[in-house]
Amino acid sequence: MKNKKNIFEKTVYSIFLILGLITIGCVLLITIYLVIAGIPAIREIGLFPFLFGKTWESTSENPSYGILPFILTSIYGTAGAILIGVPIGFFTAVYLAKIAKKRVKEVMQTAISLLAGIPSVVYGLVGMLVLVPSIRSIFHVPDGASLFAAMIVLAIMILPSIIKVSITALDAVPKEYEDASLALGATPIETYFRVSVLAARSGIATAIVLGIGRAIGEAMAVMMVSGNVANMPKLFESVRFLTTAVASEMSYSSGLQRQALFSIALVLFLFIMLMNATLNFFLKGKKERK
Amino acid sequence: MKKFHCILLFAAITVSIFTGCGKNGSDAEGTVSTDGSTSMEKVINILGEAFEQENSNATFTYNPTGSGTGIQAVLEGRCDIGLSSRNLKDEEKEQGLIETVLAYDGIAVIVNTENPIENLSMEDLGKIYTGEITNWKDLGGNDGEIVLIGREAGSGTRDGFESITKTEDVCKYRQELTSTGDVITTISGNPNAIGYASMASISDKIKTISINDVEPSEEAVKNGSYIVQRPFLLVTKKDKKLSNMAQKFFDYSISGDVIEIIQKAGVVPAYQEE
Repeated sequence: MKNKKNIFEKTVYSIFLILGLITIGCVLLITIYLVIAGIPAIREIGLFPFLFGKTWESTSENPSYGILPFILTSIYGTAGAILIGVPIGFFTAVYLAKIAKKRVKEVMQTAISLLAGIPSVVYGLVGMLVLVPSIRSIFHVPDGASLFAAMIVLAIMILPSIIKVSITALDAVPKEYEDASLALGATPIETYFRVSVLAARSGIATAIVLGIGRAIGEAMAVMMVSGNVANMPKLFESVRFLTTAVASEMSYSSGLQRQALFSIALVLFLFIMLMNATLNFFLKGKKERK
Repeated sequence: MKKFHCILLFAAITVSIFTGCGKNGSDAEGTVSTDGSTSMEKVINILGEAFEQENSNATFTYNPTGSGTGIQAVLEGRCDIGLSSRNLKDEEKEQGLIETVLAYDGIAVIVNTENPIENLSMEDLGKIYTGEITNWKDLGGNDGEIVLIGREAGSGTRDGFESITKTEDVCKYRQELTSTGDVITTISGNPNAIGYASMASISDKIKTISINDVEPSEEAVKNGSYIVQRPFLLVTKKDKKLSNMAQKFFDYSISGDVIEIIQKAGVVPAYQEE
């Protein structure tokens, strides 16, 4: 009888192990493939000219493959999205978790979930039809498709993940903390910002990391509003992101151009890895110090 | 006894069905696979459908990848017929590929409906795209910076446009979009924008411009007076015989019977009566 139980346990154990290994296998497969596909072009072009070259002309007579504009655009675009999106998301989360009435909270949370479910191509389309022309007429620039438009679209796209994760973190703050603060004479608003937010800060930081991850990896929506020209980034200029550089040229590419696109994907991949690792390190470090 | 009759009848029907099938099957079943230019999607799909209707045993497939990839696919034998919206390069011909013109596609130069400009010379068009002329008022239009809309590097339409206007690699694009639909949407939303798109996909959301006083039209493309045009090619390999069905499709596509079908796709058939 015991033996039978043992066998059962072991079978279940190995099934779970296999499922886990499949996931890891996918990650490994993608990593290995990207490295193999991405290295040849970097070798041919040279690491320095590839990463720090300022011009990308993949199909001209004398092609040049410099991806500095893409790298900077991706950094600026993500930073801009965070700058716009995080304050809005953060205050919305505090309001919904602590201040809002139950009915209001329910309705707003449903709306936010809905925002999270909208496919990125729809964000892009609305951005293209509404946002881009409005930027053109509000800021009196010849064309609205720009880094700025991409920042706004990205900011809206990362809102749901920031708000939802932050709310979960804020909800998890023990009520005793807040009660104690209130009992000491702090006003509710003081309590929320000085006690609840502080206690939930690692959760909120995770929310921001998630937001950064989504913003830097987004391609479709950005492609439709950013203009896609490989310029060095300026706020109201047409720009190309790392993601859109791969997506926009992949379908027609060939030869070294195609290999270079894989190299861009590799750079993007390493970029995201590095950023996640750094952010995780900082967050963990903070916790341990506490 | 009745049951026996029933079985007999059933058997007879079954046999007749099978023999019927056998007769229809005398046209061997076959597939025709095409691969290449996304600009040719409309015309090749409409041809494929018509061909399938006439040959019930034929299966037609089209893989929209782009002219370069399509040519590569024929070369490697991954498809029967490659589709290219640009002429073959010499090096591609040397590798044993042959081109057959299926149709001509006019590339329309398009602007916003609010733009008063009606006509541009080929020279001015080139100057606009190379950034020598940057304001519409220099061409007699409204005061506004010209916004150049183009397609992404590698696109057949971009390649066609730039090679016809001789502006390869020097176009100062403000936007590089990845589909004709995006180009049209963007131009319809910006009064100072100019762009190009396949004539087949023109809608009344935007306005077409005459080039050297010739409006883009089917006749103008066919008689050569409208100069912003390019060929739609069927690409095959010289030393490799097409399968029966593929050959049938090939002959069908360039025959006189399909002129109307090709016209329906908004392009000009290359077929000429001799």
